Amino acid sequence: MSARASHRRSQCVALALALALLAGSFADAAAQALVLSDDLGHAVSFAHPPQRIVSLLPSLTETVCALGACASLVATDRYSDWPQEVKALPKTGGLEDAEIEGIVRLAPDLVLLSRTQRITARLHELGIESFALDTETFAAIARVVTVVGAILGRPERAAALNRRIESAVEEQSNRARARRPGAAPSVYFEVDRGPYAAGPTSFIGEMLARLGTRNIVSADLGPFPKLNPEYIVRRDPDVIFISPTEAPQLAERPGWNRIRAVREQRICSFTPDVQSTVVRPGPRVAEGMSAIEDCLERVSPP
Amino acid sequence: MSALRPALPALGTVHHDAHAARRLALWLSCCFAATVLLTCCSLIIGTSSIETSLGWIFSPDAQSSVVLWQIRLPRTLGAWFAGALLGLAGSIAQGVFRNPLAEPYLLGTASGAALGVTVSLIAADASVEGLLWAAKLGVTGAACLGAAAATLLTVSLSRGVLQTRSLLLSGVVVAFLLGAITQLLLLTKPEIWRSMQTFLFGSTGFISWSSAALLGGVFCVCIVPAALLSRGLDALSLGEDTAQSLGLSLPMLRLTLLGIVSLATATAVGEVGVVGFVGLIAPHVVRETLSVNHRQLLIAAPVCGGALLQAADLVSRWIISPAELPVGAVTACVGGSYLVFLLWRRGRNV
Repeated sequence: MSARASHRRSQCVALALALALLAGSFADAAAQALVLSDDLGHAVSFAHPPQRIVSLLPSLTETVCALGACASLVATDRYSDWPQEVKALPKTGGLEDAEIEGIVRLAPDLVLLSRTQRITARLHELGIESFALDTETFAAIARVVTVVGAILGRPERAAALNRRIESAVEEQSNRARARRPGAAPSVYFEVDRGPYAAGPTSFIGEMLARLGTRNIVSADLGPFPKLNPEYIVRRDPDVIFISPTEAPQLAERPGWNRIRAVREQRICSFTPDVQSTVVRPGPRVAEGMSAIEDCLERVSPP
Repeated sequence: MSALRPALPALGTVHHDAHAARRLALWLSCCFAATVLLTCCSLIIGTSSIETSLGWIFSPDAQSSVVLWQIRLPRTLGAWFAGALLGLAGSIAQGVFRNPLAEPYLLGTASGAALGVTVSLIAADASVEGLLWAAKLGVTGAACLGAAAATLLTVSLSRGVLQTRSLLLSGVVVAFLLGAITQLLLLTKPEIWRSMQTFLFGSTGFISWSSAALLGGVFCVCIVPAALLSRGLDALSLGEDTAQSLGLSLPMLRLTLLGIVSLATATAVGEVGVVGFVGLIAPHVVRETLSVNHRQLLIAAPVCGGALLQAADLVSRWIISPAELPVGAVTACVGGSYLVFLLWRRGRNV
């Protein structure tokens, strides 16, 4: 509970800061540039909303488009695949192997990327403005929407989008609570063979918690721990989330045919397009939660 | 290099010595005792506390007996056999190549296996047919297939197995080439990277009874001909001319020996992933502590390799339980430290 409370707090602080910045910038007449500090602590000033944006992260691409600014994107990373119109845009590599030359040739006025990307320093050397955002958590979604909305000069749209996301998330949580009052099915979410699990502190873990499920992994193991497979057998989860590739082979893993979820086929797998809503902390978070809840309803009859 | 004992057998009268035989017997008994001890420990070390595990042994319920007998026991026995296969392959490779740094992955096996796994993971994601195909083959099958293909490629590039240097060179070339293809494929599908990492650092987590049985069966298939050909390895280590002058058919001998190396390595890699250092270190540990000919080495090194991987498996699941370290990282730490120790000791003696 305290973690969630602190998330809310940091979310509120971030919102307040962004709004204060915005209020400041609007109060001081249009001529004065908006100055925002990104998650690497680097201050970027915006005299006017950027018109040529390169996004190097699918969740940022989705945020830009959800704010109605898809037309200002000139390129994305190769994994951005939603909404439909970004598929036709030029692709400038991946998260860790962005094509600097391709980006430079597109002459963007802003590159949006995640905090972990090495490319930032190189872009600065080449005189290209970039803005790094930490997008890893549930709390980050609203903050990213607010900040990107401010950058794009669409603060009202950002506020409206945030309200929409929040109410859709709330709706999914309520739906789950109404369906399973009191009972919390134990779940294991395998992100990769290994087995790597999604722990409660990961974005996926937060979604699962909001849907009233009990993660078999404890928070102290970190967001994506590599587990001893025996641990999962011992915890005997009610439902397993796993890739469609691994799902057919679960019973062959030693001892796994004893797990209730495997015995009773309470296994959830998502197609790649649905999976992207489940794993991307972006504006489609409620869709991801809905996909998880749909499967929970299907595999765990009351 | 000079710090490592050359991959030459102890020839002459030493190994006939009753004293040496007694030492070997004592050494093997120690290894055997260590294996039994490690097997017992592996039953009580896992995600539960030692007291809980002990309780399970004496009063098991349905779940705990699955954990003990379907997960922990096959896992530790499988780890032993995989280590033994790597130890065996390493000793043969060091003998055939007459190089103390030779190891089982020299023929490009590991890179081939990694490519096989990458292709199967990508195919499984690409289409329904691919998924069915990948599910049928499994990671193990894909790795074995890749390893076998890489070995064949290496051998055909060097036009047979007769030229040591050209074989080594082809092995290196094939490893680089297949490694590059794997990297390129991974670039197009970074979401499989974590699964690949599990494979590349080795994992004993999913060894079942059938995997352990396969590893054990292949070990039996490999050790018998290897022991029968150990005299040939002794002769080879004196030089190819000498071996030929002793009336040995070199092509046949080398082909069979490298065939054993490939089979042993491909099976081990298929089941536990690319576990480094065991194949390299096990023969060195034996040669550092014993004066052995190849027949003795081919028995002692697998026993040593088995115990090593078993111990590494135990450490990997114990240190950060219930999470796990990659077993290959543990063997690399132990193996690397051992090589450093050898260098330091030799340096001091000089």
